[in-house]
Amino acid sequence: MPGPMHAKRLPPGGKNKIKNPGKLLKRLLAYVWKNYAVACVIVVVCIFISVLSNVQGTLFLKTLIDVYILPLIGSENPDFSGLLQAIVRVGSFYAVGVGSTFAYTKIMIYVTQGSLRRLRDDLFAHMEKLPIRYFDTTSHGNIMSVYTNDIDTLRQMVSQSIPQLLSSAITIISVLASMIRLNIPLTAVTLVMVALMLFVTKKIAGLSGSYFIDQQVNIGKVNGYIEEMMEGQKVVKVFCHEEESKEKFKELNEALFDSAYQANQFANILMPLNAQMGNISYVLCALVGGALALNNLTGLTVGGLASFLTFNKSFNMPINQVSQQLNSIVMAMAGAQRVFALLDETPETDEGYVTLVNAKEENGALTETTERTGIWAWKHFHKDSGTTDYVRQQGDLVLDGVDFGYTEEKTVLHDIKLYAKPGQKIAFVGSTGAGKTTITNLINRFYDISDGKIRYDGININKIKKDDLRHSLGMVLQDTHLFTNTVMENIRYGRLEATDEEVIAAAKLANADGFIRRLPQGYQTVLHGDGASLSQGQRQLLAIARAAVADPPALILDEATSSIDTRTERIVQDGMDKLMQGRTTFVIAHRLSTVKNSDCIVVLENGRVIEKGTHDELLEEKGKYYQLYTGNSIA
Amino acid sequence: MLKTLGAQIKEFKADSIRTPLYMILEVLMETMIPLMMASIVDQGVEAGNMAHIYKMGILMVAAAAVGLFAGVMGGKYGARASAGFAKNLREAMYENIQTFSFSNIDKFSTAGLVTRMTTDVTNIQNAYQMILRMCMRAPASLICALAMAFWINAKVASIYLIAVIFLGCILMLIIRNAMKYFDQVFRKYDDLNASVQENVTGIRVVKAFVREDYEIGRFHKASGNLYQMFLKAESIVAWNAPVMQFTVYACILGISWLGAHMIVQGSLTTGELMSLLTYCMNILMSLMMLSMVFVMITLSMASAERIAEVLDEKADLVNPKDADFTVPDGSIAFENVSFGYQKNHERPVLSGVNLKIRAGETIGIIGGTGSAKTSLVNLISRLYDVTEGSVKVGGKDVRTYDVETLRNEVSVVLQKNVLFSGTILENLRWGDKNASEEDCKRACELACADEFIQKMPDQYQTYIEQGGANVSGGQKQRLCIARALLKKPKILILDDSTSAVDTATDARIRQAFAQEIPNTTKLIIAQRISSIQSADRIIVMDNGCVHGFGTHQELMETDEIYRDVYESQMSGKGDFDENGGDL
Repeated sequence: MPGPMHAKRLPPGGKNKIKNPGKLLKRLLAYVWKNYAVACVIVVVCIFISVLSNVQGTLFLKTLIDVYILPLIGSENPDFSGLLQAIVRVGSFYAVGVGSTFAYTKIMIYVTQGSLRRLRDDLFAHMEKLPIRYFDTTSHGNIMSVYTNDIDTLRQMVSQSIPQLLSSAITIISVLASMIRLNIPLTAVTLVMVALMLFVTKKIAGLSGSYFIDQQVNIGKVNGYIEEMMEGQKVVKVFCHEEESKEKFKELNEALFDSAYQANQFANILMPLNAQMGNISYVLCALVGGALALNNLTGLTVGGLASFLTFNKSFNMPINQVSQQLNSIVMAMAGAQRVFALLDETPETDEGYVTLVNAKEENGALTETTERTGIWAWKHFHKDSGTTDYVRQQGDLVLDGVDFGYTEEKTVLHDIKLYAKPGQKIAFVGSTGAGKTTITNLINRFYDISDGKIRYDGININKIKKDDLRHSLGMVLQDTHLFTNTVMENIRYGRLEATDEEVIAAAKLANADGFIRRLPQGYQTVLHGDGASLSQGQRQLLAIARAAVADPPALILDEATSSIDTRTERIVQDGMDKLMQGRTTFVIAHRLSTVKNSDCIVVLENGRVIEKGTHDELLEEKGKYYQLYTGNSIA
Repeated sequence: MLKTLGAQIKEFKADSIRTPLYMILEVLMETMIPLMMASIVDQGVEAGNMAHIYKMGILMVAAAAVGLFAGVMGGKYGARASAGFAKNLREAMYENIQTFSFSNIDKFSTAGLVTRMTTDVTNIQNAYQMILRMCMRAPASLICALAMAFWINAKVASIYLIAVIFLGCILMLIIRNAMKYFDQVFRKYDDLNASVQENVTGIRVVKAFVREDYEIGRFHKASGNLYQMFLKAESIVAWNAPVMQFTVYACILGISWLGAHMIVQGSLTTGELMSLLTYCMNILMSLMMLSMVFVMITLSMASAERIAEVLDEKADLVNPKDADFTVPDGSIAFENVSFGYQKNHERPVLSGVNLKIRAGETIGIIGGTGSAKTSLVNLISRLYDVTEGSVKVGGKDVRTYDVETLRNEVSVVLQKNVLFSGTILENLRWGDKNASEEDCKRACELACADEFIQKMPDQYQTYIEQGGANVSGGQKQRLCIARALLKKPKILILDDSTSAVDTATDARIRQAFAQEIPNTTKLIIAQRISSIQSADRIIVMDNGCVHGFGTHQELMETDEIYRDVYESQMSGKGDFDENGGDL
């Protein structure tokens, strides 16, 4: 059965050359073997039995003619009881063979699907633990194609190619043994023809392979063009650019046709070519064998030649099958390479040991508790003194001389010095690329800083366990991401153990309750396609509600830049304000009101802090902020 | 549906007919060869007749050569016909999409159109090749082999007939049951991949809320479900191989028993027995092949339907006969206009709109999300047709103009705008193919785009990546405005086209418009009141109706919505967004 239909994606550039296929195959087999060792052994045994029962059938044809038919010819009262016995015997072997075939196909399903499930789970679990950097540098299309195309090629390989190869190999060996026993010169003739078949197969497969690569490249081009033009189809209409757009398409389409035609043509030729070469091999053996038998050379009998010819046929067939499988094995190896490459990516490391715990205050000292008290503390174990102390979590953040670069060569943040007292609001302003988002990504350790220190309540954030650090920081990202699930669950994403009432309370705080209630199923409305049915403003409200339900002591807000109308904006703004109350907040600001109400405004340019202060202070300075502010006043 | 698709075979009809013919020729050779093999054994080897072996050997090589030729030709034409069919399908869809109006495009969605032209076409290409090469071949092979078997010995051959019926029935049963499950499997599979996709795009949210383990748990459950479904579906298919083997073995044994009796009686030769056994494989293998073709066709039906939908879609906006090719001036009039995206929608998007705009006026349009600002201006360049009433440009109904003429005179800068991969100059020349470099530069100066283009390494030859990925939002908007200006239109419509441009630049653009193209009618949709405050007149839209229409002063006095928006924006709730700005 063919798998789900997905367009084959262009393999990631430069990676389509398979390195060390033997090692890959070994690793793949080891992966299957690890969990299904017993099943694998049974499958191999069953395949062995199944093939042998098939070969014994072929051998039986010789005895059928020589032993049970020819002696009876001419006899008055032929006795078929011997034949009946033989047929029953062969039949029971056959029955065992059919039984084994059934057994191994059935077991193979569990082995294949089970291994693939494990592989999917492992891939996904590993992917979730990869650092953000990986997602920045790898195209999402390529990650997806590992799950769709590559796993699919592996399924074909494990479920079909490997058993097929195994049974072909067993057939080839057992038939070869029988052939050698019968006659060596004829075996040599057969083998020479097989060598020729393999040689031709290799040549044609190579030719077709290079056209297949062409085809992939052209598919990539056509798909890319289609995607771009469909995305801009409305612009094409507005500029009456239809003819030009068709012209270019036709050109690309024609090139794709050429390579697809060539690639498939050579692939199609392979099967008839091998089949007919098999027939010629048969004729050659008949001729050589006939000459040998008639001249009494090499002790070949007439009956022996007849059965040798049968072997010749049963020998060519599995060779043919193996050559058919080669293509899918090559494809599967390419897939395996990408699958394992993803599994080999280094996950996010976490050497932090300071954890966030619920705490209560007793006699002026903090102690750990299991209840949710609303008071949180950092549990800090000191290795040298062997003591544990608790620091109340307040949201005091200090950045001290922080340098950072996405790559080692290029530093994008230089010597950033900042502090936020608990409950303060810090606004970042500056043009695109100034480094606003980058700073916030450092605080929650999406990326690690190159130099300097970030302290949270006096603790170096490198010492804090990443999960606990992120729990303590609420994030409202610029582009809200919504999952395919109900509105309720999407908000609850902020804190999984929140009750329905808590979720609704958070939605109310974020001013989202009103529009949610107007949705067809209210809080139970299922969102699809990243919340495609919601407006920008509504998506932002949900993001705020999500952060609100998490109820973190500190917040990182990235205000959306997209234009929403004034009334919705007011609602969003109001929701944000309520959320920020009493929390330390870092906000990447685009709206004047947000900026104005901040305790400290940080103006960034080219990765450096160029101005810092309150609204009034900065206006007085008459620097960049003043420029930005008065620029806004031109009406 | 099949007719729609079939019409696209076109110049590959000959190849499509040739392919099955060659395949039948190959089958004929394939059927003859076992006969010759039998003859080599019977009259050659067993009779010790070397001359006969030579004769038959040559014949067999000849048959093999013909078979090879037919196979190669069949492969070649099959490949060409299917690749060509795919090419024609893509082209036909692409051409038809070019005739689509906005409402047709809305109906399909961009992603939908892309899948149809890529994945679905590939599916059809594979299925078509399979049909051409196997659909005739498999039954022909079945019939030929059966016929030969009957010709050799009808009594023995009747065993095959029973076997074919038996295997056929079982295969049908397997397919019918399995298809049901596979349908669900594919859907589950797509769901699973969709959830991976969500995690990849939303990874920052996942990590920010420390939900890695939660997501892993969810995925584990979903992949477990998929696994169960796969097991069910594959377990049914697992019957295929053993049933096939069982039938073949039963045939071999039955024929051996019957054949032995007949040979002893003298009504069958050993060579004939051997060839009967060869046909056994041919017959049952082709039956198997036929069932595969059947599955393949069934699976590709959904793709065929989706393609046919695009091909059958008729553009719902047609160019009038005796179209008018001149637009006299840039005046605009809306007379009792109602409009809805769906024809029979209860509540229209726009209703009872009456407006008169003089040529050369600058008109601002403001209103909340969903108040139908965009819908209003889209009617002017006839991107959609009105449901009721009439929209007039230059005193004549827009439906009387040649569409291309009208759109060249009414230039729209869309809200969701796109630049295409190519140089800046190439992008600008979408507005006017023959524009000189000076023309382009001038348009860019007007749109305040020249200033940043000059700073780019290759200036006007700078290559824009797909979707304009290498320019900022504000730069993109300014390039789009310049592109629209190159049309030298009588009416220019900016649909929220400076939202990412900083306010100072925005003001300079408006100033340039007022000074340099005073005779062009300008319609400006904006969220920022500062962008439209200085317009000659302002339209306030609310809920699909014109709520107010007048100068800033008039509206401040009479229109409460306008006043409300003005006050909220001016009192500090304004925009501090200089995202696209390059101060």
